[in-house]
Amino acid sequence: MEARKFIVESSPHFFSANYKYKLMGLVVIALLPAAILGVYNFGVHALLIIIVSTSVAILTEAFFNKLKKKPSAVEQGSAVVTGLLLGMILPPTLPLWVPAIGSFVAIAIAKHAFGGAGMTIFNPALVGRAFLVASFPALMAAYILDGITSATPLQMLKLNGYQSAVSHFGSNMLAYKSMFLGNIAGSIGETSALALLIGGLFLIFLKVIDWKIPTIYIGTVFVLTAIFGQDPIYHILGGGLFIGAFFMATAYEGMPITKSGRIYFALGLGILTTVIRLFGGYPEGVNFSILIMNAAAPLIERLTIKKPFGYIKNKEKKK
Amino acid sequence: MTFKGGIHPKYNKITADKKIEKANLPKKIILPLSQHVGAPCEPIVNIGDYVKTGQKIAETQAFVSAPIHSSISGTVSSIENLPHPITGKPVNSVIIESDEKDEKIEMQKREYENLPADELKSIIKDFGIVGLGGAAFPTHVKLSPPQEKPIDTLIINGAECEPFLTTDHRLMLERTDDLIAGIRIIRKVLGVKSVFIGIEDNKHDAIKILKEKTIGQNIKVIPLHTKYPQGGEKTLIYAITKRKVPAGGLPMDIGCVVQNIGTAIAVYEAVALSKPLYERVITITGKVNNPKNLLVRNGAIIKDLIEQAGSYKGEPKKIIMGGPMMGFALPADDLPIIKGTSGLTIFNKDDIDEKRSTIECIRCGKCIQDCPMQLNPSLIAKYAENERIDLAENMYAMDCFECGCCAFNCPTHIPLVHWIRYAKSQILKNRAKAKDKK
Ligand code: SF4
Ligand code: SF4
Repeated sequence: MEARKFIVESSPHFFSANYKYKLMGLVVIALLPAAILGVYNFGVHALLIIIVSTSVAILTEAFFNKLKKKPSAVEQGSAVVTGLLLGMILPPTLPLWVPAIGSFVAIAIAKHAFGGAGMTIFNPALVGRAFLVASFPALMAAYILDGITSATPLQMLKLNGYQSAVSHFGSNMLAYKSMFLGNIAGSIGETSALALLIGGLFLIFLKVIDWKIPTIYIGTVFVLTAIFGQDPIYHILGGGLFIGAFFMATAYEGMPITKSGRIYFALGLGILTTVIRLFGGYPEGVNFSILIMNAAAPLIERLTIKKPFGYIKNKEKKK
Repeated sequence: MTFKGGIHPKYNKITADKKIEKANLPKKIILPLSQHVGAPCEPIVNIGDYVKTGQKIAETQAFVSAPIHSSISGTVSSIENLPHPITGKPVNSVIIESDEKDEKIEMQKREYENLPADELKSIIKDFGIVGLGGAAFPTHVKLSPPQEKPIDTLIINGAECEPFLTTDHRLMLERTDDLIAGIRIIRKVLGVKSVFIGIEDNKHDAIKILKEKTIGQNIKVIPLHTKYPQGGEKTLIYAITKRKVPAGGLPMDIGCVVQNIGTAIAVYEAVALSKPLYERVITITGKVNNPKNLLVRNGAIIKDLIEQAGSYKGEPKKIIMGGPMMGFALPADDLPIIKGTSGLTIFNKDDIDEKRSTIECIRCGKCIQDCPMQLNPSLIAKYAENERIDLAENMYAMDCFECGCCAFNCPTHIPLVHWIRYAKSQILKNRAKAKDKK
């Protein structure tokens, strides 16, 4: 009999079915309820924006993979997430070339200029959006509701104050309800807290994301806005907080890798978002908070590296 | 009762209900003279010598070592360098051809109740007892803690957290009395009061029978949360006593000694029956037609054992000595089993992770969450890959005990343990070099 050949490699020889492409697929699925609701609310043009941003992201990724001679179906998958997310955080009125530029910037600059997968520091979708806000401020602040130009709840709050914002809805309860169900002006996929919550819980349930990050982030905003005498429910429902907390703050590449580091990261996000909203010039602070904390993540990570099992005991003994 | 981190792999204990069977007498055995951690043995037989089953064929004067005994009767046909099954490096090996008579050395029952600890220890050494959990550390060494390290706790490791393997489980059920007798001997040698048997709570039957039979003997049976690697020495001690073995240290530093189930039974056999360690129970499992628990002679050839388990099911791709989490993939099936072999897990194409790829780390943090030593496997592996061994050492690479939890759940399937192992071996090399210079 011919000698058999056996594979010799390092243990373990046994793995969970936890693959990256699967994770990416789950994130896309989790985003769908909010995306579909956005298209339902804002019409076909919203769908076109999402399609453009997603396809440009895929094409840009393909181009860079070719350039680096590293063809990878998996990275195409993560480009889908980036493109879809970007589309969902844009106003539904944009001319279609705007999301195209945003997606290109997201993948080409935020991802590949930083060295590609594994090296990305800033959330690519948010970089894309920030670039658009800086380049086309007017277009990026033009929101609609039911086809009519309208301000987002946070814009109303910033411009006219709480009383007038709430009276716009009728009462504060009605305001909460509209915001929860997504019946407000805003970016395509960020308006309905309910749809985002469903997607977020789905990811938490499947252990794709850690429940602590969105909980601490949203919780911090809630507590801080309450302390500053604002309506905390209005604040957590009325903007991009849910999509940011569940889908962008939790992006693996922008946050510290350590367990405790991630908690500080989420706390920092909550504080920054509140500060920008209450004291800054912008009505919304989620986008920039996440980018700022992305920048701080490597430092937080370094400061929170834990001593392994068995070291603390040593110290105690020496005392 | 548990520890931090860890994973929940599919346990696949397909042989849990299969009674231990006796394997056929091997026609030929190969005994590598380096069976365990510690100094290799020197042969004390010559080519052409007739040996009996249980006869000592190799020994050394070094303290951290255990003699080796023939597992069959027959003639020494050769003493030559053959590849070691695990390391693959050539080691001096004794080959014995069987006369198929299985003529045993005289094994007398011994009245051991009144023997002093030192004598018990020298019996344990003389009969070649080593830890049967995998590392095959000579048992008498573990039972000889230095004066300044008093031992107050003996833990018997019945966790058997490694997927697929069921030898300890079967031994607890089928050899309960011998096991308890063995535990009592070890307890006497160590002179300790508290004895715990830690068993993962998926083995109810073993917990039940041991609880019943240890009543009034001052032995506590502790059901443990079923989680891998519950049976790692450090995790097991922590789960039961909440003591932490200091980094770089040994269980004896915190007053603990851990012994495996099979080892305790081997101790009993050596002390009470004068039986040297020449056979042990292994699980043959995975893709074989008739997976089972077999009592096999040391040095038996893997291929023959697999035939006795109904032979390969489909085309085998991987032979793992041990279980799938910490076992070693072997390059061939004509190698012998050794004292530390707890099982043979056969994998074919369907079990091989072909998606193992070159995607970079996505920083998901799973490996950190799961590492029972609370290391940062992603970072250590990255440093090792880039030859920054110094940085890997700073990140505590040496504290990794290669349990494999990190790689198990890594979504990009980075061979984390491979890189960490590499880092560890380089660190050890560097340290040895530094010593030489001094
Ligand atoms: S780093 Fe080592 S100890 Fe930690 S999970 Fe990986 S193999 Fe286990
Ligand atoms: S589990 Fe894998 S992908 Fe996740 S952080 Fe660790 S090494 Fe990176």
